[in-house]
Amino acid sequence: MTDTLTPVLTDNWDAERAWTLASYEEHGGYAALDTAFAMAPDDVINAVKESGLRGRGGAGFPTGMKWGFIPQDNPKPKYLVVNADESEPGTCKDTPLMLASPHTLVEGVIISSYAIRANTAFIYVRGEILHVIRRLQRAVQEAYLAGHLGKNIHGSGFDLDLIVHAGAGAYICGEETALLEGLEGRRGQPRLRPPFPAVAGLYASPTVINNVESIASVPSIIANGAAWFAGMGTEKSNGYGIFSLSGHVTNPGQYEAPLGITLRELIDLAGGMREGHELKFWTPGGSSTPLLTPEHLDVPLDFESVGAAGSMLGTRALQLFDETTCVVRAVLRWTEFYKHESCGKCTPCREGTWWLTQTLAKLEKGEGSESDLDLLLDQCDNILGRSFCALGDGATSPISSSIQHFRDEYLAHLSHGGCPFDPAASTAFAPAGAHA
Amino acid sequence: MSTTNSGLDTKTWDELREIAARYPEARSGLLPMLHLVQSVEGRITPEGIEACAEVLGISAAEVNGVATFYTMYKRKPVGDYHVGVCTNTLCAVMGGDLIFERLKDHLDVGNDETTEDGKVTLEHIECNAACDYAPVMMVNWEFMDNQTPESAVQVVDDLRAGNEVHSTRGPRICTWREAERVLAGFPDDRADEGPAAGGPSLVGLRIAREQGWTAGGTYDRSAGDKGESK
Repeated sequence: MTDTLTPVLTDNWDAERAWTLASYEEHGGYAALDTAFAMAPDDVINAVKESGLRGRGGAGFPTGMKWGFIPQDNPKPKYLVVNADESEPGTCKDTPLMLASPHTLVEGVIISSYAIRANTAFIYVRGEILHVIRRLQRAVQEAYLAGHLGKNIHGSGFDLDLIVHAGAGAYICGEETALLEGLEGRRGQPRLRPPFPAVAGLYASPTVINNVESIASVPSIIANGAAWFAGMGTEKSNGYGIFSLSGHVTNPGQYEAPLGITLRELIDLAGGMREGHELKFWTPGGSSTPLLTPEHLDVPLDFESVGAAGSMLGTRALQLFDETTCVVRAVLRWTEFYKHESCGKCTPCREGTWWLTQTLAKLEKGEGSESDLDLLLDQCDNILGRSFCALGDGATSPISSSIQHFRDEYLAHLSHGGCPFDPAASTAFAPAGAHA
Repeated sequence: MSTTNSGLDTKTWDELREIAARYPEARSGLLPMLHLVQSVEGRITPEGIEACAEVLGISAAEVNGVATFYTMYKRKPVGDYHVGVCTNTLCAVMGGDLIFERLKDHLDVGNDETTEDGKVTLEHIECNAACDYAPVMMVNWEFMDNQTPESAVQVVDDLRAGNEVHSTRGPRICTWREAERVLAGFPDDRADEGPAAGGPSLVGLRIAREQGWTAGGTYDRSAGDKGESK
């Protein structure tokens, strides 16, 4: 049996000055680089394919397959872009990773760039995490000075430049083609596909865009072998991942485990829900993944099982809310977020998120009528699948799932003439035993 | 550094060109260039927009279009300290809404407004990727974790009094303009300040250490059973 928790990416976070090159190398860092350089680039791609690594940014697309889509006969430069625009509500795994061990990401960038034959790579990091950006800047500087970046790395003949690029506040730039627009100095609005970035991405050149955690997982796969990685997890969801618990749980935080662990197991590890309270609803992978309830506590947290339960694994951003939380308030706030972050490019999302917010706000205040629930679902129908990118789809997830699971609570707002919950009872600083 | 009404100083012009030169195509430098404009001007100014446009050989309207798209770029002067309270769902529920209300009241400002002494600009912000430390407040984009209304008031009082304030998971707080300069790609000397990780970042790792759980493989520092079967 695989152990319950499997620290790999988190394994050096408790080391003294873990963010420094000296500490990272002391713990075996940059050794996988030479292993990779001893392999042909295509063999590195094959190793990642065989490992079964799937994108850790939410969509779960096989990473090695993505790399294989790069047309190597295209004469244009190839680019690797790391998506470090971690902004999906609830998602908080890449930020601590880059803060504690930026070199894990840098080593992953070098190996991945070697595999896809990119000589320039970028880390697009959201601008609102200043200290993470400092640590990335320092790590890149250290890596250059140590000969891990620049010309003829480790005598391999491979050259790589790595640029840390700070964003400027836009959730939409987590969408990979919007991210490319931002990186090209434009408004972050998604591009029509095809062409896909693998063919025409950054500067209309072949480009791989991967999440931080995906790229950071690559050194461990090269060091330990594809079979080691594939030996963890479930049949189609291989390997380990960082599970981020937040909200009304005794010990919120980061738990790195094989895919397929359940929320019940994770909550047990986290010391249970906060004392005297019970789980009411949760997101498996950020606010764009439909809400689940206590009846889903034993769903294996892998791509297939969470999908079968009617949601998505997403980014393993497990936001846990107990019975003091008003689901209507929670959903309204997320909806306001999507409205604020809609880039304005397509009508269903730009207009639809405003309509959703208006209808929901009315319900939350206890105004309107039961038929507004049908109106909301109708509005969702007009957004889901009709938007230019996944932001619009994501905006409908909390609404449709909350109406499915908590229809009565919406109605209670109408009969109560407003929200029946006390928001003070749900806070982290509420007196013990406070109840709504 | 001095600026004049007629535009930006020579050093800033040179640094704008330096940013553009980092990239295979110069226009990629626009986002960090606008961060640099903010570090010098305290906001996005018409002069800053004109300078970016000239360096990149694009129209001021194009630069303006970009500057108005991203929420970190500000049209109004920002105080020495930008205080952002997360009021996205998780933090709001955990207390962010109450913290934001208390700060508005305490500072006598509304959302996106600056105190009369020019010290603090208050804004409610979206999820800042620290949900396991909720409720979260950011000061000049440094983490202030696990806040209460009382602790948040203490932070802004200290900032206004000129007392040294440390991020709960990072360095001494610098000014907003200094922070914008780092975002423009000109590092300061604070990377080594603060811990590698805060408590919640390490909870899973600590349990694994206690239990002797590992992923096997050479990446583990501690010896343990190799995971073999699924």
